[in-house]
Parts: sequence; C-alpha cells; structure tokens
Amino acid sequence: MAQIEVKDLTLIFGKQKQQALKLLEQGKGKDEILAKTKCTLAVNQVNLEIKQGEIFVIMGLSGSGKSSLLRCFNRLNQPTRGGIYYSGDNIMDANKDELLKIRRNDVSMVFQHFGLLPHRTVADNVAFGLEIQGVDKAERRETALKTIKTVGLDGYEDMMTGELSGGMQQRVGLARALATDPETLLMDEAFSALDPLIRSNMQDELLDLQEKVHKTILFITHDLDEALKLGDRIAIMKDGKIVQVDTPEGILSNPADDYVKSFVEDVEHGKIITAGTIMFKNPERLRLKKSGPKTALRQMRKFGVTSLPVVTDDNVFVGFVKDADMAKLQDEDYDVIPDEHIYKGVNTVKPDTVVSDMLLLFLDNQLNLAVVDDDNKLLGVVVHSSVLAEMLGLERDDVKKVKESGLEILEDLNNG
Amino acid sequence: MDKKLIDLGKYIEKGIDWLIDKAGFIFDGISDGIEVIVTAFQDLLAAPPFWVIIVILTGLMFYLNGRSYGFKTKEGIKKGLGIASFTAIGLLLLWAMGYWRMTTQTMALVISASIIALLIGIPLGIWASRSDRAESVIRPILDFMQTMPAFVYLIPAILFFGVGNVPGIVATVIFALPPAVRLTNLGIRGVQEDVVEASIAFGSTKRQLLYKVQIPLAMPTILAGVNQVIMLSLSMVVIASMVGAGGLGQAVYRGILKADVGLGFEAGLGIVILAIILDRLTQSLTKA
Repeated sequence: MAQIEVKDLTLIFGKQKQQALKLLEQGKGKDEILAKTKCTLAVNQVNLEIKQGEIFVIMGLSGSGKSSLLRCFNRLNQPTRGGIYYSGDNIMDANKDELLKIRRNDVSMVFQHFGLLPHRTVADNVAFGLEIQGVDKAERRETALKTIKTVGLDGYEDMMTGELSGGMQQRVGLARALATDPETLLMDEAFSALDPLIRSNMQDELLDLQEKVHKTILFITHDLDEALKLGDRIAIMKDGKIVQVDTPEGILSNPADDYVKSFVEDVEHGKIITAGTIMFKNPERLRLKKSGPKTALRQMRKFGVTSLPVVTDDNVFVGFVKDADMAKLQDEDYDVIPDEHIYKGVNTVKPDTVVSDMLLLFLDNQLNLAVVDDDNKLLGVVVHSSVLAEMLGLERDDVKKVKESGLEILEDLNNG
Repeated sequence: MDKKLIDLGKYIEKGIDWLIDKAGFIFDGISDGIEVIVTAFQDLLAAPPFWVIIVILTGLMFYLNGRSYGFKTKEGIKKGLGIASFTAIGLLLLWAMGYWRMTTQTMALVISASIIALLIGIPLGIWASRSDRAESVIRPILDFMQTMPAFVYLIPAILFFGVGNVPGIVATVIFALPPAVRLTNLGIRGVQEDVVEASIAFGSTKRQLLYKVQIPLAMPTILAGVNQVIMLSLSMVVIASMVGAGGLGQAVYRGILKADVGLGFEAGLGIVILAIILDRLTQSLTKA
C-alpha cells in the first residue's frame, strides 16, 4: 500500500517560474533553463511511491535537489507543479490552516544541524511541537518525558540543549519529531553532522526504534553506506531527477546507469550482497535413492562443476556428491548413489546471508554452498567463484560470466 | 551663505506652520501624554528619601551583576560588590554636592524617553525584520534621524510643543530611537535559519514563531539596543536642556552660559556617573 505518492513533482527556484516551466515542457534541460530564465530547476518531474512503514532513502550528492525535494513534503518549499498525496490527499490542496494541522500532527522533521532552541531545556525542546498545538503543560511534559526515554536520553530532560554533545542533540531532535506521534518522519541528513562512530550508533538506534514505532521515514543522505544500511528502498537522485529506485541490493546488483554505478563501485559488496542474489537458482540436483552416478557425472560435465546437491522427493536438501566419488562408483557399476558417498551435514545458508559471512563457511570444505529456505528446501547453489568475485568487487558482468562458465575467473586470477 | 536658488527651508517652515495650524490638537494630545509620563516618574523618584533610592539601586546592581557572573564563583561576588559600591558612592557624592533633585529629574527624563523610544522602536524593528520592503523604507529614515545634527530637532520641537520637558523628550526620542529599530531587526534576522525552519516545520504560526523563537533568541541583541537607547537618551539630555528640559543637563547648560567651570564640571560628572550606572545595569541584563 502506498502511503505517500509523489506525482510529477517539479520545484523551480527563481522569479520566472512559468517561463521556466514552459521550457521544461519543451524538453529543455536544467542548464538551459538556468541560462534563459535565471531559474534553478531543483526538482525535475519526480514520481515516487512510498509505502507505509518503510524507510525510504533519497540519496544524492549536494546540489542534486534531495533536500529541496524533502522540503516539499511539508511545503517548506512550495512545489511549482505536481503534487504529493498522503493516503490520497494532495498536500498542495491544503489551505493555510490545514497545512498547519498537517505539520503539527502528521509530518515532522529532523534537521541536519538539529535546529534546537538553545534557550530551552531538553524536555521543553521535545515538547515544542505539542506546545505549538496548544497541549497543556502537564500533559506536554509527560509525553516529552516518555519520548525522551524512547531515544535513551532519560536523566537529561532538564539540561539545556547547548550542554549536550552532537549525538545527544540529535536524539533531542528525533524525540521532538516523535513527540507529536506523526505518521511520517522527514529526516534531512539527520546524521551527517555527527562523528562517524556516533553516526553509526545512531543509525543502529534508528533501526531499533523503527522496529517499535513503524513510522514512514523519508531519509535524505549523501552517503551511500548510510543509504544501504537504513533504506528499505533507495531512490538515487541526480540534477533534480530520480535516476533509480530500488532495494539496496537491487541498486548494487543492477545499477541503472553509469552514474549509479560510479557510486556503487566503492561499496563493500561483501556486506550487502546476499546468497539469494549470487546463487544459481534451480540448480541441477540429484534425487536421493533415485539418481545414479552416471547421471551425476554427465550433468557435472555439462555444467562444468565438480559437485552437485542431492535432495529428497520433497526437494529437502540432503548433501553434496563429488565428481571423484561418482567416477569411482561408475566404475563399480552402481545404479543408485549409496548414502555413504553423499556429504551430509555440510553448511547451508539462507537467501539473506551476506557474502562476507559465507566466506568463512568455504574454509570448512571444498564444496559449494547450498541455499535453503526455512524448511530446508533447496533454493540454489552458491559457487566459490561468485563469492570471491563479490569480495573483490569485480564487475557484475564478470560475475555473470562466472555463473555461466564456472571457474574461469579463478583461472584468470591464477594466471594473472 | 551664497545666493539661494532653491529655498527648501522656506517650504519646510510653511509645512510646519500648516501642521501646527491644522493638526495642533494632535500635538497637544501627545504633549499631554508625555507630560503625564514624565511627571509620574519625577514624582516617583522624588517621593522617597534619597537613601531609599540609593539602597534600591545599589542592591539591584549587586544582584544583576552578580547573577550574570554566577553568585557561586568568587569572581561573581567580587564583580557585583565592585559595581554596587561604585553606585552607592557615586550617588552619595551627587547627593552631597546638592544635585540629588536634578539627578532624579534626569533619571525621570531618561527613563521616559527610553520607554517611549523602545515602545516605538522595537515594533518597528520587528516589522523591518519580517519584510524586506519595510526595511528598505525604514533604513534611510533611520540614517536621516541619526546623522541630522541633534540640535536641529529642537527647533520644530519648540514650535510643536513649546518649551519644557516635553520638547526635550520628543527630541531625545527621535535621537535615541534608531538603535532600538536597527538592533531588533538585526537580532531577529540573525536567528539561526534552521531553528526558524524547524519551528515552521512543526506548524508554528507567524505569531508563535515570533514570540517563542525569534524574540527569545534575538533578546541579547535587542537588549544591546535597549542599552544604546538609554545611553543616547542620556547624552541628549544636556542638549534638550536648551529647550527647557530640567535636570543635570540644565546645570551644565547654565555652567556654559555663565562660564562657570565648577558648576559645569559637577553636573557633567553627575551625568557620567549616571551613564556608568545605567550602562552596567542594562548590560547585566544582556548577559543574564
């Protein structure tokens, strides 16, 4: 269910907006519009669907228009064209009072430089949204204290915000945003001003918090690692346009264009890419007590592999067989592979196991890894070379080649 | 003077004559209002015996200055005591020299003029901070008010309000008003952008934004403006005595007319003492 829909949203800064819009309709680009009208095209015909309860990250470099876009969601920026629909209601249609109501009750915001009131205590800052709504003092304080506890700041409620560290100040910012119990949280580079270590902590805590509160969160960042860590889905923005919207894995494994690819290159794939992505789906498999060594050898040769998974009739994974054993069995004229030649009790992984975790499992044995679901049914097989390729950050195209031709890459590496 | 091609002065004279003729009742009203305020403050300060006022002012100076440094530190108490003893000694000196009545009159004039200037100046400053157009209109007027020699205001002030305290206060208000407007405007415009943005994002109305965020955060700058208004008012008091305003300024003026160095110096010293007391008083408000 899409809670927020963005339709054809365009934001132009400058005086000759209408003229700029006309040029835009004629298909003119950002630079040309700037040259002709002195208007900046900050957000260019953006369409998005944001689901209830997801963390939706909008990522882009500075000047890409991501913060300008975010400020359209509570109309701190007035979009020039298009609309943003909250459960079907266009925020552009809201009059002055309705807009105040939306800002007070439904959408709140966390800022990069916190935006706290330095002349107030932590509790009074957290209660600010409620105060604006006209909630009475006692109730305000009670809610504020509860929210302060949620973000782990209990005991600090009567300190002035200036006395707190950056990380703690941003917790106050977060608590202030949560205190009004909004459906949607807009977070504008919320952790970008923090030290790396604190930042990583805050990211973890946001994820923990989200488990409890289930808000719809729009998170802006220029940091891909942060986007990959936090985002259920990520939109990558460039020059006011959305270049790609996808899951973190989708972004990494299928970058839509060279721009996205250039971002993705430096990422540690091993911690993001999962077994589900690099496995061979529906691999060749042998039936327990039914397949014989001849079939096994033929298939191994056909696909250029040295081992094959064995499953029951219900597709429950049993183990692997190796080519050397099969050759021996064939010479001894076995029709069915005997149990003792199946390597049982080998490690299996789930589709969401990340590559770096699989690397250790390979140290245990020379076999490929079986990917199974919760009922131990075989979903696919991961081969060594794919894992190595991911860890080394090789191109996706190379990995595809690996999938097709087994161990070529390894040989290349050996030769090179 | 050279030959006049344009006689601007004549037109201004005519305009003022016309104003007095047609709008005299307005000036009478303003005059009565100011008279009431000044008289009230003069009576208030003259009513109790001198030592009561000295004790109150000394205590206030100790409290405010000590607080701005924090009473707990030795430095805070030292600072508070220093300024408090200066206040007590300075005021006692003025009393002993026989200038107590004039001192209270001057205080009343300064307080009245400052209050009026702030009542006009701070709202104007708020308006200027919220509208670029208002600022562009107000700014040159302030420039005019500040650079025009202060004596010049005395002439129309006499014409409109006669002689005495009232024209003195009117001239003082005009002279002392600009910093209240300028510093209020500056203070509000200087409030961190992201704090303002945050409070709008949480649904503040313009009024809530002003009272809950902008004014509290701009307060140190606004109080610096208050300090400036009071200092300028005090410096205008001597000039205002030329149109009959009372107090220490009159003594200085008499000293000039009679070439009486002693009288001029004593009264001048009184103004300096008052200036230091009022300055430290308002500055301690800024720091707190």
